[in-house]
Amino acid sequence: MAGLTGRMSTVVKAKVSKLLDRAEDPAETLDYSYQKQVEQLQNVKKGIADVVTAKKRLQLQETSLQQQVVKLDTQARQAVSAGKEDLARTALERKNIAQTELQGLDTQVTELETQQEKLTESEQKLRAKIEAFRTKKEVIKAQYSAAEAQVKISEAATGVGEQMADVGLAMQRAVDKTENMKARADAVQELEAAGTFDDITALGPGEDDIDKQLKELSSKSAVDDDLEKMKAEIGAPAAGAGELGAGDTAQGAGDSAQGATSEEPSA
Amino acid sequence: MIVRISGEDQYRLDESLQARLNELDAAVVNAVDAGDEAAFKSSFAQLLDYVRSNGSVVGDEEIETSDLILPPDDITLAEAAAEFTGEGLIPD
Repeated sequence: MAGLTGRMSTVVKAKVSKLLDRAEDPAETLDYSYQKQVEQLQNVKKGIADVVTAKKRLQLQETSLQQQVVKLDTQARQAVSAGKEDLARTALERKNIAQTELQGLDTQVTELETQQEKLTESEQKLRAKIEAFRTKKEVIKAQYSAAEAQVKISEAATGVGEQMADVGLAMQRAVDKTENMKARADAVQELEAAGTFDDITALGPGEDDIDKQLKELSSKSAVDDDLEKMKAEIGAPAAGAGELGAGDTAQGAGDSAQGATSEEPSA
Repeated sequence: MIVRISGEDQYRLDESLQARLNELDAAVVNAVDAGDEAAFKSSFAQLLDYVRSNGSVVGDEEIETSDLILPPDDITLAEAAAEFTGEGLIPD
């Protein structure tokens, strides 16, 4: 078969024979194969750990971006209620960028999860094959003559070698994908470092006039809020202040005294 | 006949199915040659499905060498094309 399958088969077989041709003596082939198999199993475990690490990094970025989206949304609302449309626009623009990045990250986290699952499955298959090889190795040693053993060993080693080559391919693909994700994570980090998703009221080296304005605005409105609250508390029971006044300055404050007396019947 | 789908499983298929496998493989090759992404995806999926539905999975405890090896199911057209130039999925 000369098509895609043929090409793939040829390449894998070449890979397998390269993997095995170091040892000539059957006993050596057995030990060497087994050693290689165990090494490969460790490589796969490391590969899985790398994928998990990359995934965690992306997930941390996701969490941070989600927080920025909420914050920028709140700020946009604040700016709107303060009648500052340009500030609201800035906040919404940043929110949009953060959301787009979030979607990208989400897709990649899913992709890495798929890779993780595939590698875990590959690891289990390889482990089972190695276990089968270990058993077979002992049987071959015990039951066959040297000449027969050589053939049997070669068959078994090639079979497991193929599994190893296959796991190697899965790992290579996972590594390639993880590298791409790293590039993406770095790009998001650069945007973060450049202040693209920053709290637009945050003080910092990238702060511009709009940031300052909004900061002033929000602190101003916070003061206004506090003032309004105080007004509400103090203003309504004006008599409370009046009573105090009445006690302390009984003679000087006619207004207070009057307020106090007018409140008394209702209280 | 043992056929491996890379990243998946090995399947035991009857020898008599080889002719049909060849046809399906040829369709994949044509799609790759034409650079036709849609045709590649559908013909490759058909090839894999044929193996899966007509073969029985070789157990993990069995050690068999494959007669044929198929690329993983998530291979792209670009990867398949590279496979033919010798700079395939597994570097030589």
